[in-house]
Amino acid sequence: MKIIVFAENQDGQFKKSSLEAISYAAQIAAKNNGSVIAVSIGQVSDDKFAELGKYGADQIFNYSQDVFNTFYGETYSKALAHATKNANAELVIVSNTYSGKTVAPRVAAQLGAGIVSGVISFPSTENGFNVRRSVFSGKAFADVAINTSIKVLAITPNSFSIVENNKTASIENMDAGISSDTLASKSIEVARATGKVILTEAELVISGGRGMKGPENWHLIEELADTLGAATACSKPVSDIHWRPHSEHVGQTGITIKPNLYIAIGISGAIQHLAGVSSSKVIVAINKDPEAPFFKAADYGIVGDAFDVLPKIIEAAKTFKSQQA
Amino acid sequence: MKVLVCISQVPDTTTKVGFTDNNTKFNNQGVQFIINPYDELALTRALEITEKQGGTVTVINVGLADTEPSIRKALAIGANDAVRINAEPIDAFFVAEQIANYAKNENYDLILTGRESIDYNGGMMAGLLGEMLQLPSVNVITAIEIENGMAKLERDIDGGRERLEIKLPMVGSAQKELTEPRIPNMRGIMAARTKPLTMVEPIGAQANTQTTSFENPAAKGACKMIDPANAAQLIELLHNEAKVI
Repeated sequence: MKIIVFAENQDGQFKKSSLEAISYAAQIAAKNNGSVIAVSIGQVSDDKFAELGKYGADQIFNYSQDVFNTFYGETYSKALAHATKNANAELVIVSNTYSGKTVAPRVAAQLGAGIVSGVISFPSTENGFNVRRSVFSGKAFADVAINTSIKVLAITPNSFSIVENNKTASIENMDAGISSDTLASKSIEVARATGKVILTEAELVISGGRGMKGPENWHLIEELADTLGAATACSKPVSDIHWRPHSEHVGQTGITIKPNLYIAIGISGAIQHLAGVSSSKVIVAINKDPEAPFFKAADYGIVGDAFDVLPKIIEAAKTFKSQQA
Repeated sequence: MKVLVCISQVPDTTTKVGFTDNNTKFNNQGVQFIINPYDELALTRALEITEKQGGTVTVINVGLADTEPSIRKALAIGANDAVRINAEPIDAFFVAEQIANYAKNENYDLILTGRESIDYNGGMMAGLLGEMLQLPSVNVITAIEIENGMAKLERDIDGGRERLEIKLPMVGSAQKELTEPRIPNMRGIMAARTKPLTMVEPIGAQANTQTTSFENPAAKGACKMIDPANAAQLIELLHNEAKVI
């Protein structure tokens, strides 16, 4: 079984979510007598490719033409479909990030492939081809069978660990013959917050609710997040009243996340909020109301006032980090 | 300006999700169904655009007759007319093929939908439609204005924002910030009763995937309570016991 993986780079660095995808593919390949072809699109310096081999890529298809200098679903999906046809691959794997979700359906439509997003398991191939995905924003799982000969999977970030699987990957320079002349889209500006952990891919998330009493108190959330190297998030009411940007809202109508650690401070734990965070490996709830529903969904709980409890935790986190260093 | 908005019907966000028939079917007993919230944002923004510069908004849904109350609600919010493709929405690919087949001869300038449905969370519709109709597609749009046949828009990207300009026609999916949902007023509800809702039979498309069973996540064990006076202990437990930091 030949497996194509979208090895996405950001400013020339391969993303952690893509390394997870390569590790994932390498483990499937090992069980199915297969091989992994990582597809790099855009400009990446040659010395970075060794990293893809380290996590299990047997081969690298490098699409480095100028047309790929900017990310567009239209062009990137053509490169991935080109790679799949060229290698005669049966499986295409991307990470279920914003960019992954942009290219994956276009690749699937070009190849007539069955597609499943939000995948949280390795495929089982004993009886057809089946994977598990999360549905209802984390309130349930669904097992899905894919009936087509080519399959596309978008795997949930932070669901599979990065595993070393040292290989010396050969590099092949590819050309999908795409011209930028017919492109209807034009990127004007890309703005990324620098030095911040990306919420959708974060391993640790510190989240605040209305119990924080106002946006002026968010420095406490940020201080704990910065100390631990975590991303910051918030509940729906907090983004609705514009204490925090919508992009931080986690829950059923916001972002669904799956970090290793989710610390909820001053969030009661409404069913819609829990839906978006319940897949977190470890949950900590801090709330002054002992009846807050969050305590039923949490692994650790502290009944107390955020403004009393948080400074103590921040101090302990700083001491812990300085001992680690 | 002709706009098509694709809507789906989903269980209300407060629903306790459960399954029947040996965990192969969603249990819709006592469940309140609503227009998928992101689709509703797409609809509202489409209406704002056409109210400003003229045009029509058609809503389309792939579903059986039980989705008609949601379609009527979309008409009450302000859509001009509606189309229901009379089929069980088996998977995203199947639904996209149905909608693409309907849309291909209608010359829409803009096709909008939600970033994902809150039940199956696929998030694939805009990309599938874009490819099937050979149009550009943009996911998670947080702002969109139309000027002289160009869409000026902003979208979420991993860790940030992007500003784009796209020559229409295009397909897009709505992210939360796009606009605020609109509550239908009495006049809208009355008008919706007589607005055209056309039923169209599906084309013979095949589903590429099939959901074979569902499962609810295992219940959490007991929550370990930490004395607030000793809150610093949390860090030690997260390191030594939970091993997550």
